[in-house]
Amino acid sequence: MRNLRIWLLALLVVVAVYGAAPPKVVLAQDNGPQPTPSDDEVNAIAREMYCPVCENIPLDVCGTQACAQWREQIREKLAEGWTEDQIKDYFVQLYGDRVLSEPPRRGLNWVIYIVPGLAFVVGAYVLYRGIKTWTAPVVDEPESEEMADTGAEEKDEYISKLEEELKKRG
Amino acid sequence: MVDTLVNFGLGALVLTFVVSLYGIGAAVLGYLRKQDNLLESARHAMLLTFPLLTISVTMIVILLLQNHFEVSYVSQVTSRSMPAYLKVTALWGGQPGSLLFWSWLMAIFSTMVALRDWSRDREFMPWVIIVVLVTLTFFLVLTVFFENPFARLWAVQNAMGGEVVESLFRPAGATLFAPQDGQGLNPLLRHPGMLIHPPMQYLGFVSFVIPYAFAIAALITGRTDTRWIRITRKWTLWAWLFLSLGLVLGMRWAYDVLGWGGYWGWDPVENAALMPWLTATPFLHSVMIQEKRGQLKRWNMILVILTYDLILFGTFLVRSGVLSSVHAFAASPIGPLFFGFIALTFGVSVYLLTQRWDALHTDTQMTSWFSREAFFLLNNLFFVAILVIVFVGVTYPITTEALGFVGEAFPSVSHIFTGQKVTVGADWYERATGPFWAALIFLMGVCPLTAWRISTMKSLGRNIWKPTAVSFVVPVVLVAVGMRNWLGVFAFWLTALVTAVTVYEFYKGAAARSRRNQTNFFVELWKLIGRNRRRYGGYMIHFGIVLMALGVIGIEMFQTQTQATIGLGESATLGEYDITYDSLAEFDTADNRNVARAVVSVYKDGDRVGELYPRRDFFYESRQPMTIPGVRSTLGDDFYIILVDWQPISTQRATFKLYHNPLVNWLWIGSFVLIFGTLVAAWPERENEAVRTAAHETRAAVTG
Repeated sequence: MRNLRIWLLALLVVVAVYGAAPPKVVLAQDNGPQPTPSDDEVNAIAREMYCPVCENIPLDVCGTQACAQWREQIREKLAEGWTEDQIKDYFVQLYGDRVLSEPPRRGLNWVIYIVPGLAFVVGAYVLYRGIKTWTAPVVDEPESEEMADTGAEEKDEYISKLEEELKKRG
Repeated sequence: MVDTLVNFGLGALVLTFVVSLYGIGAAVLGYLRKQDNLLESARHAMLLTFPLLTISVTMIVILLLQNHFEVSYVSQVTSRSMPAYLKVTALWGGQPGSLLFWSWLMAIFSTMVALRDWSRDREFMPWVIIVVLVTLTFFLVLTVFFENPFARLWAVQNAMGGEVVESLFRPAGATLFAPQDGQGLNPLLRHPGMLIHPPMQYLGFVSFVIPYAFAIAALITGRTDTRWIRITRKWTLWAWLFLSLGLVLGMRWAYDVLGWGGYWGWDPVENAALMPWLTATPFLHSVMIQEKRGQLKRWNMILVILTYDLILFGTFLVRSGVLSSVHAFAASPIGPLFFGFIALTFGVSVYLLTQRWDALHTDTQMTSWFSREAFFLLNNLFFVAILVIVFVGVTYPITTEALGFVGEAFPSVSHIFTGQKVTVGADWYERATGPFWAALIFLMGVCPLTAWRISTMKSLGRNIWKPTAVSFVVPVVLVAVGMRNWLGVFAFWLTALVTAVTVYEFYKGAAARSRRNQTNFFVELWKLIGRNRRRYGGYMIHFGIVLMALGVIGIEMFQTQTQATIGLGESATLGEYDITYDSLAEFDTADNRNVARAVVSVYKDGDRVGELYPRRDFFYESRQPMTIPGVRSTLGDDFYIILVDWQPISTQRATFKLYHNPLVNWLWIGSFVLIFGTLVAAWPERENEAVRTAAHETRAAVTG
């Protein structure tokens, strides 16, 4: 019982570490003379945006004319010295929250930021309650039928279990 | 000619609908009156669905092949310039055809299940027939009454002049209208991956109806032992294989055709296909607990019900138009019907489950937190957590839009219920589900080494130290060669751990037997796998998943990209790769495309390694562009180039997007291992009968 808690804790730590550091796309540089700001700088912003027409295709990879124009607009704004947030706000003002790849963290939108953690916590609790009610010290049951518990000194036992298992199926 | 084909196909379709209704009625009556001949008649009705729908499907395929554009569906999805094989696959290239195709595949499984040996499960039969046929009938209702692929185009004269209408039967005074050419299949669908993807996906969907039908039969009859699970074990494995294949083929298609350098965009349509897989996979695992230990009877019922309704839900999402707008959903009758059917089946299933809740009580108790059962439950927890996340991610944008009326009705909360549509993008899904995927991989490594009932840290430690020690070679080497992406190092270690454990499991069994019997190691390995195919097939699947994980890690954590506009003869750099822009040609093709094809030389570390031809095809018929990347694919990495833009006519300058996708090939290689493993586990075996008979005898002895 304590063992499992330790394992669970370790797992949670792993989960937390992993979750805290979302992978980012690394942008390579150095491609000779490029327009300023470069395509890569434009795409870094565009990849977190969606145009309202091309559903579910991020702006940085969308092939339509409209999306190419949006990217040019981003380039112009960048050249004028706008920040990423200002540019995003500009598009939100014009087209609504749906242009962002993630809903802004306010109001009802908190739902989707809370759910992942909540799903895990509630699930873990249900599991904990479930196992706790099922678990009772039952000692006099037959031996485990699988052969996971084997050490070097138990080879014979392992073999006989293995054979038994195979015989049962054959 | 058209009339004959249409009448024949439509007639067979309507007849299938009638036969299915009859089958349901006969099964109900046969059960109520305890009349075996009626039940037998219901079974025959179920048998008949496949041949009848085959006629219908054949007629549509002939219509497609012969360019009968008088049929509205044919004119929507084909054109004269399309090759024959594409015309055949256009069967599932649009809504009406897809629904008919779905029904046809469902009929294959109906007929197969009708043909099984029912002698020992007579009491299940009426209910299995009812569940299968009700599902089929639902799809037939959609096909016959709402999205009929046999509807024709008619020219009608009226006060306003003339117009063309779509109708199944001839309107008064109308003449058949045949367009010169059809609109052609959506160019994005003209890819080998997309040709096989829908059949696999649908097969996965329809084959899961069978385990669900048996589960419901078990609930209704009260025969809630493991019998229904034993019967459906193989069906479930095959269904799972088709679901997995559908997903992988979809990924491959996205990688080759959508032109954004990735294979999975967490698009709602992709998620719709993923959700049933997220309940089917834990189901495969937790049924083992029920078989071995008699536990989790309720949970398995919940999982199979969820899988069935998620399949309907996935089809609903894709087919109803609800994804583009809540209002589109209301505009088509398909959406509300689907919604109603999902609500009905889910409601009835849950009601039946509550009725049998006590009967599904677990006979044996869990003996330890530290056992394989407990780890399987953890695995179930992670899968369901991912499901909840994906479900919320998919439905949230729909919900916010639909809840707009609350804000309108109560202005005080209008800032919360804005009715604005929002986007939930890939980054959110990756952050939210990433840890759970990692935890699942970890469990895949530990689980095979734990014992049923009870394990101890000591026994697990004894089993795991060797593979763990071996697995640490990987991170040590990676760090030694200079990798500093710690998350990546950790992820690679996880895959190494699972690989080591899996290989060790095979080695341990075969080595022990070969030592004892003084026989060849490989002969024993072969026998070992042959005699417990389910177990070792399962390990092969795990290994396949690990290989696939390598591809995922490669793209998610190590992908690099850049975009550059360069002149003829100039070059661009991404990491160790350089490209030079050699030329670009624009030309029209016979099948109505305008192709812009660039020629690009690729250099790796300064050495020329080949030429790539990224392309942009523009389809005149559908006025749609399609981006086809140039890809240099090796076991180590893919170098992937997209032609983004170019200067028309002079072609002096062009814009390319370059991606470096390490290890992505292992995603596809792993999927082959996964298929192989599933085949090993699921291939029908002779000994199955013996086991079944034994199980039956035990049961007979218990009840008798």
